[in-house]
Amino acid sequence: MKAKIYITLKNGIHDPQGRAVQQSLNMLGFDAVQDVRMGKFLEVDFQDTEKESAESSIKNMCQKLLANTVIEDFRYEIVET
Amino acid sequence: MGKKRHDPLNIGIIVFPGSNCDRDCAHVVSEVMGHAAHLIWHQERTVQGMDAIILPGGFSYGDYLRTGSIARFSPIMEAILEFSNQGGLVLGICNGFQILLEAGFLPGAMLRNTDLSFICEDTYVRVENAATPFTHTCKPGQILKLPIAHAEGNYYADPVTLSALQATAQIVFRYCDKDGHATTTSNPNGSIDNIAGIRNAQGNVLGIMPHPERCAEEIFRNQNGHLIFESMLISLLGKTSLAV
Repeated sequence: MKAKIYITLKNGIHDPQGRAVQQSLNMLGFDAVQDVRMGKFLEVDFQDTEKESAESSIKNMCQKLLANTVIEDFRYEIVET
Repeated sequence: MGKKRHDPLNIGIIVFPGSNCDRDCAHVVSEVMGHAAHLIWHQERTVQGMDAIILPGGFSYGDYLRTGSIARFSPIMEAILEFSNQGGLVLGICNGFQILLEAGFLPGAMLRNTDLSFICEDTYVRVENAATPFTHTCKPGQILKLPIAHAEGNYYADPVTLSALQATAQIVFRYCDKDGHATTTSNPNGSIDNIAGIRNAQGNVLGIMPHPERCAEEIFRNQNGHLIFESMLISLLGKTSLAV
């Protein structure tokens, strides 16, 4: 089983990288683009794990290491492989 | 049992894979200040015998994931937590500051600099709190010229945390212009409230983005950084001599 983990800056926290990408897109003529938020995407493979225990360890690893919850939110999907 | 005034102090400087200001700090402690610098590899598990700890600048673990996020789990960090809980002085410079934030020694977090650049230049900072073990040889409000060198120095704290920092004099340095005005244009990286350095509530842990070790001797034509080391060492001597 595989977890797809998305980590993004919390709403309201200035994202200088997203802003730079948004401005570039506007310059390229993508006028409809109003905002870009950048984040991180991680794929974590699990071996022989129940979905429930995988889920609790994903939350744990996000809080402990993968995300800094002062500035970042995380969400995840679990995909059976 | 305390130290006699003339005994050299033992300053532990933690070396993570990717630290690159560790030897600069050791040079200042030993060659400039005349005390004993001990480089301590991050895999060690004790800081026994040390009078203070410095977490130096650099790029621990290549800044992977987030600056300081992996270094905070190095084995030595538990020993430093215990040391700091007992009131030991801990100074985090640049990447050291980022590690202290990730490890929860200090509140808040670092974001990318607003303009996305790695900024390497002299900045001016105002001493907002000259009553800390790291700043007591400065005058209150003194303006120091100190160099910065970072891409993630854009300090962030949520409004509640920021108010608490302001209310309890935990903001130790603010970026300012050469006349001491903390303005938007004198803020190099977008840091909230122009924050360049903070201390913890107990006052024994300081995180600072600028590099005092890069301007602590005459050859650099700027010795403002000397004040930070001098303050820290005098505090330790005062404290230990009292214990005799």
